[in-house]
Amino acid sequence: MEFKPRIVAFLCNWCSYTGADLAGTSRMQYKANVRAIRLMCSGRIEPTFVLRAFVNGADGVLLCGCHPGDCHYQDGNYRCLRRFLLLQKYIQQMGIEAERLKLEWISASEGQQFADLVNSFTETITELGPCKIKETMKLST
Amino acid sequence: MEGTKPKIKLAVYWAAACGGCCVSVLDVHEKLFDVIEAADLVFWPIALDTKYEDVENMPDNFIDVTLFNGAIRNSENEHMAKLLRAKSRILVAYGTCAHMGGIPGLANLFTREEILQRVYSECESVVNPEGIKPVPEFEVKEGVISIPVFYNDVRSLSQVVDVDYFIPGCPPQTERFVEFFTDIITGAELPPIGSVVGADTKTQCEECVRKKTENKKIKKFFRPWEIEDDGVTCFLEQGVMCMGPATRAGCGHRCIKGNAPCKGCYGPPPGATDPGAKMMSAIASVIDEKEPEEINRVIEDIADPAGFFYRFSMPVSLIRRKIK
Repeated sequence: MEFKPRIVAFLCNWCSYTGADLAGTSRMQYKANVRAIRLMCSGRIEPTFVLRAFVNGADGVLLCGCHPGDCHYQDGNYRCLRRFLLLQKYIQQMGIEAERLKLEWISASEGQQFADLVNSFTETITELGPCKIKETMKLST
Repeated sequence: MEGTKPKIKLAVYWAAACGGCCVSVLDVHEKLFDVIEAADLVFWPIALDTKYEDVENMPDNFIDVTLFNGAIRNSENEHMAKLLRAKSRILVAYGTCAHMGGIPGLANLFTREEILQRVYSECESVVNPEGIKPVPEFEVKEGVISIPVFYNDVRSLSQVVDVDYFIPGCPPQTERFVEFFTDIITGAELPPIGSVVGADTKTQCEECVRKKTENKKIKKFFRPWEIEDDGVTCFLEQGVMCMGPATRAGCGHRCIKGNAPCKGCYGPPPGATDPGAKMMSAIASVIDEKEPEEINRVIEDIADPAGFFYRFSMPVSLIRRKIK
């Protein structure tokens, strides 16, 4: 069977989700592999959310927030950036490829950029193949 | 003896542990007499000459309280966990290893094969030209001899059997154990099954004796020996990684009072499922940089994130082992 990656995208309410909405209302075509989760701010994305997404079978996780300096809550996106960089280091240590976790800034007007991002990220994950985490998490003795 | 209360039956067992938990039970010092007055020790490999067979011959629920310390690392540990579960009314995961996997749980960063290879072939002090490695069963002319099977995954006690109570700590604070033990022998109402006992519900930081401002801004992390600690200011504010924000209080700040940062042995506070993720979140919040390169430079100082954030909790964390 053809591999269809499962991607979880955490989008902030003010920029990225609106950007994704714009892509939708403008009828832009993009890959349907992304499950979008709206949060009030990218600063709300806890490392637990990302790890849980992987454990529950996500092949890739996408984090999107407002461009630096544009955060609705001033510095939530910087918080997200720092967590992202720290998580990158941790997941690689645990054997998850760095490419599976991606952070991009998407503003409310960047519908096209969001569509392109989803397409390119889906392609990257398709090339990487399924994340082996589910297999490994079965208790082996 | 007439008129005396019947004694409760107490067992203490170690699985994949260092022995420190057993010693922490001995640390009741002269209170040991009170313990012995109230309890019969029926099984305790570190102190008594009782055999596994003696436990096997006990009827089910014969033991009132079993303090089980150590992680589940091999088939012997698992067998004893299941056996003691069946024989005990109250099974307590005593200490960090039984609670969360503890230090032995860090072995989940490697596979069984990698560990055996390192220990029996590559280690600098090993001379093993024939490449002999342990096998679970070996035939000699007298018959087959066997040793426990070494598992690929280290597990906490509750990942193997149902556990009634958890007493965290590496090792648990003896006074807190005595409190819990007193509750049992006096017949006080015990907390609901599955509770963490002998610890608080707050985080270390909330009860910390060190001085802190709410303005934590860090541009560089230091190893404890790299700074001259003033003995007063919050470790995190001095740039020393301290697990306080993601660790349950109740230990009496033994490390902090000894001028060492918290390592996180008491596990996550209630509500936080993954202590390392909570800590990563806290650490990311205090880094005072905005450019990715600068942030990476600060993070660079954290040499081993998995080992630091999950020092005691890898087997019970979300990503509980390295992915092959």
